[in-house]
Amino acid sequence: MNKLSFGRICLIAGVALILAFLMLPVLIVVPLSFSDTRFLTFPPPGYSLRWYYAFFGNPTWLAAARTTLIASTSAALIATPIGVAAAYAIQHGTLSVMRYLRMVLMLPLMVPIIIVAVGVFFVFTKTGMVNTLPGLILADTMLGLPYVLISVGADLRTFDHTQEMVARSLGMNRVRSFLAVTLPQIRSSVISAAVFVFIQALDETVVALFISGGENQTLTRRMFVTLRDEIDPTIAAISTMLTALTLCLVLSVVVSRRSVAARA
Amino acid sequence: MLLLLTPALVVIVALLVVPLAWLAWQSIRQDGGFTLANYQRVFTGTYLDTFLLTFKLSFIVTGVTVLLGYPVAYLAASVSSRWSALILGMVILPFWTSVLVRTYAWLVLLQRTGVFNKALLATGLIEQPLQLAYNPFGTIVAMVHILLPFMVLPLYSAMQKIPPNLSQAGASLGGSPFYVFTRVFLPLSLSGVMAGVTLVFVLCLGFYITPELMGGGKSIMVSMVVSRNVEIYNSWGAASAVSVALLVCVFAIFYAASRIVPLEKTLSAK
Repeated sequence: MNKLSFGRICLIAGVALILAFLMLPVLIVVPLSFSDTRFLTFPPPGYSLRWYYAFFGNPTWLAAARTTLIASTSAALIATPIGVAAAYAIQHGTLSVMRYLRMVLMLPLMVPIIIVAVGVFFVFTKTGMVNTLPGLILADTMLGLPYVLISVGADLRTFDHTQEMVARSLGMNRVRSFLAVTLPQIRSSVISAAVFVFIQALDETVVALFISGGENQTLTRRMFVTLRDEIDPTIAAISTMLTALTLCLVLSVVVSRRSVAARA
Repeated sequence: MLLLLTPALVVIVALLVVPLAWLAWQSIRQDGGFTLANYQRVFTGTYLDTFLLTFKLSFIVTGVTVLLGYPVAYLAASVSSRWSALILGMVILPFWTSVLVRTYAWLVLLQRTGVFNKALLATGLIEQPLQLAYNPFGTIVAMVHILLPFMVLPLYSAMQKIPPNLSQAGASLGGSPFYVFTRVFLPLSLSGVMAGVTLVFVLCLGFYITPELMGGGKSIMVSMVVSRNVEIYNSWGAASAVSVALLVCVFAIFYAASRIVPLEKTLSAK
């Protein structure tokens, strides 16, 4: 491992190229968003905040951003508790059907997103929930549930359940013992689950194309529809902000996980 | 315990299981009677071409992601933890960037007046700008970029578990580096390859955003047929038969893969 053979140098060079390929698009969008011309030339002839003003000065873009933020936050707030409850039930349930029920809950990850979209669209047309905010929140909740199950489920499997048993033997009821003993110790996986649900809802485009519209269209839906017609530099500005937001959220999860690990 | 499971189950059943069952039912119904006409359409003419094209693109994209992803994961698993954190960070950063954003970036890079064409024109390699975007080539490049992290992460997690002293033992017994790699390391990493290939291939089959924006309307994928039948033609019969056929393919692949690698492991990379 210590000496650098010819083969290893080739490997490192190749991997460096592949990593450059991976980073390239992310690195190119950011400078473009600060361009002062509407032509997407690179490098930009001059820099300005023109496209950020274009975003913040346009009521339709702002309304779309508002819809997305409300839907993502609500989905995270709903999917996390019901997902934690489900993960707990699967971990400690004794019924043999639990394994199959777990598979059912993982379905949103397995079914191709376009089919999920068509299915949700069908249900919503029958119940009059197309283009409504509650419908969007419900769909994002459904799509986020598997992430909660994976993240919290993995943590519950390694958690020493006898601690909760002790609390119950000392007279706490089941709910209180979970809240007082278990929850604080699986906190970091619960928080990262909530963040995953939020990010996934922020990014979700295909289902939103079918079920969000009018006053309640999401940011990604509007971006997609705009992109079908022209490559508008405003989208570079929005992309940069979306990426920055996601990056901050992911980093905060990583840091909080690390501080938890350091304390343990 | 079932009570705790109920809210989550209700959401999934109402929004996913019920419509899937309805789609299956719809695909064999016509004017109140039983029909296989919708499936006949799936296996003939343009729909069959669409399925074949989708599979072809999925094979290409999966193959390219294995070829690109394997060395990245291999290097990340064989260097110190500092370097591997840097490599994985560079894989995960685009992973956490919106699919829409990345497709947009590739449109910018590959368009006629884009960065690549300008660079190639400047070097004098070409005289006319190349058509790189709005065709299958652009779709493949963007899809490989978007799906590569889904390949690298399961590969890395499998390779990380391979004890390094196995390769050292092979080398000390006189195996050449190539022999040790193909006889010791490669077979042990195959579970990761399997998980990555399954995930990427299945995601390819149902991919919508990138082919729709990048494909230029020429190469129609299965997902686009489903979407168009619902959105433009309001033809649920055709959409449902295509959806069911796609779903059967996906579940068959997941089932076959789950015999080798636990499904949970494959999905947790997502």
